[in-house]
Amino acid sequence: MMPDLGKYATEVLSAYGVTLLLILALVLLTLRQSARTRRALRQVEAAHQAKANGLTAKTKPRNKETPQDG
Amino acid sequence: MSLWEYANPRKFMALSGAVLPFAAAGTAIALVVGLAWGFFFTPEDYRQGSTVKIIYIHVPSAMVAINCWLMMLVASLVWLIRRHHVSALAAKAAAPIGATMTVIALATGAIWGQPMWGTWWAWDPRLTSFLVLFLFYLGYMALWAAVDNPDTAAELTSVLCIVGSVFAVLSRYALVFWNQGLHQGASLSLDKEENVADVFYWPLLIAIAGFVGLFVTLLLVRTRTEVRARRLQALMARERMG
Amino acid sequence: MMALIARDLALSVRAGGGFGLALAFFLIVVTLTPFAVGPESATLSTIAAGILWLGALLACLLSLDRILALDYEDGALELLATAPIPLEGVAAAKALAHWITTGLPLTLAAPAFGVLLNLPAPGYVWLTLSLAIGTPALSVIGTFGAALTVGLKRGGLLLSLIVLPLYVPTLIFGAEVARRGAEGQGLAGLSTPFALLGGITLATIALLPFASAAAIRINLR
Repeated sequence: MMPDLGKYATEVLSAYGVTLLLILALVLLTLRQSARTRRALRQVEAAHQAKANGLTAKTKPRNKETPQDG
Repeated sequence: MSLWEYANPRKFMALSGAVLPFAAAGTAIALVVGLAWGFFFTPEDYRQGSTVKIIYIHVPSAMVAINCWLMMLVASLVWLIRRHHVSALAAKAAAPIGATMTVIALATGAIWGQPMWGTWWAWDPRLTSFLVLFLFYLGYMALWAAVDNPDTAAELTSVLCIVGSVFAVLSRYALVFWNQGLHQGASLSLDKEENVADVFYWPLLIAIAGFVGLFVTLLLVRTRTEVRARRLQALMARERMG
Repeated sequence: MMALIARDLALSVRAGGGFGLALAFFLIVVTLTPFAVGPESATLSTIAAGILWLGALLACLLSLDRILALDYEDGALELLATAPIPLEGVAAAKALAHWITTGLPLTLAAPAFGVLLNLPAPGYVWLTLSLAIGTPALSVIGTFGAALTVGLKRGGLLLSLIVLPLYVPTLIFGAEVARRGAEGQGLAGLSTPFALLGGITLATIALLPFASAAAIRINLR
């Protein structure tokens, strides 16, 4: 299956190796950050929700919750 | 219904969430097909031997590295002019991808340069401008990291991105003036004369599609993370206030 | 505006103002170079023009964070922002004051330091001229970097990281003029980089104060 890379095998393989390694690192880092933020947000939102259920009088319009609107 | 609808964070989250699986799948297919085709099933170049296979990662990563900065410039302009938060966050999310691609282009270029030009590194304008581009990415990311207030950070980095773009172009021409290099011209251009040969053309095109897809997919994931982080920050701030 | 420049000049020559620090740094770079590359005069004279440009650039970098930081801390910058003169004018005046206290002394000192590095005789004129024309750009670009980082507590290192890539074109053309001059090429050989250096300086003076003012406004909000 492996193609014959001739005398430049080291170069070609190391180029592909470095690339895959860097891309893999970037992807893993991205996914880890994503998962971490998602988890933290879910926790805070749950706490927020519980609090809001406790004080039903205090109603807030839902769309105010994203301050970064347009 | 205009394009700007998607600048609304909630609309952006809905759309990007729907698109993301397809983007990821398309990227995976294009990357695997392009790189596998390039690596296993293309002939050797009569002059360069098997090192020609490096083209399938070198050229796409270089293209993404440059166009990523371009995308950040556009996003910065959109943020400064129309004040869409998603735009600023997308620029922030893109920078590490661009920096990584710059490193990949530099590393594969050095590995390729060693057997072909007899040196890992030469102060050739193309190589040097990529090094300078990497410095620009570093400065941009450092400024994002240093400013506490996210809105101030978005504004300052946008200004830096715009001024930096002008200086990046200036540096490019200054470097060409400074040293005529040994790097070959464009590998892909509409002018067929100096193009790469047809056997290398299709896998290269697919590999480029794969790298662009990778950029888009990672950008979407990272921007979604940034949007969530902003919302998290806002909720926490409100919690603290009462 | 003249009053602002005069005030900045007065502040910088006072104790702790940093005037002379850049010159001392420049001298140190020039002194250390032979220790690093060896004392052969042939080696030194080939690299003299480049080292002098690089030394001047780094010395210029050293005092950048002083351009705005002190005024930001004591609130003077906010007063200036509400003053009748536009903030763009303030940014330009700050850059000019920085050039008078840093760029100009460096330019005047460079020929003297050229003797230490064995700069070839035809290089002196061109080194001085290229520094005189190039250092204003360094000050203006530096003011922009200072404006970006003025609100930060530890802005010094970040400032260098942001400003150094922006210095690339100026350094290339400036050092090219000095180098070609030192090689004995006359005006015919170095008119292109000379014109480009002048062009960069004029363009940065004309345009960058606007970006600096925008950055100051953002930081004051």
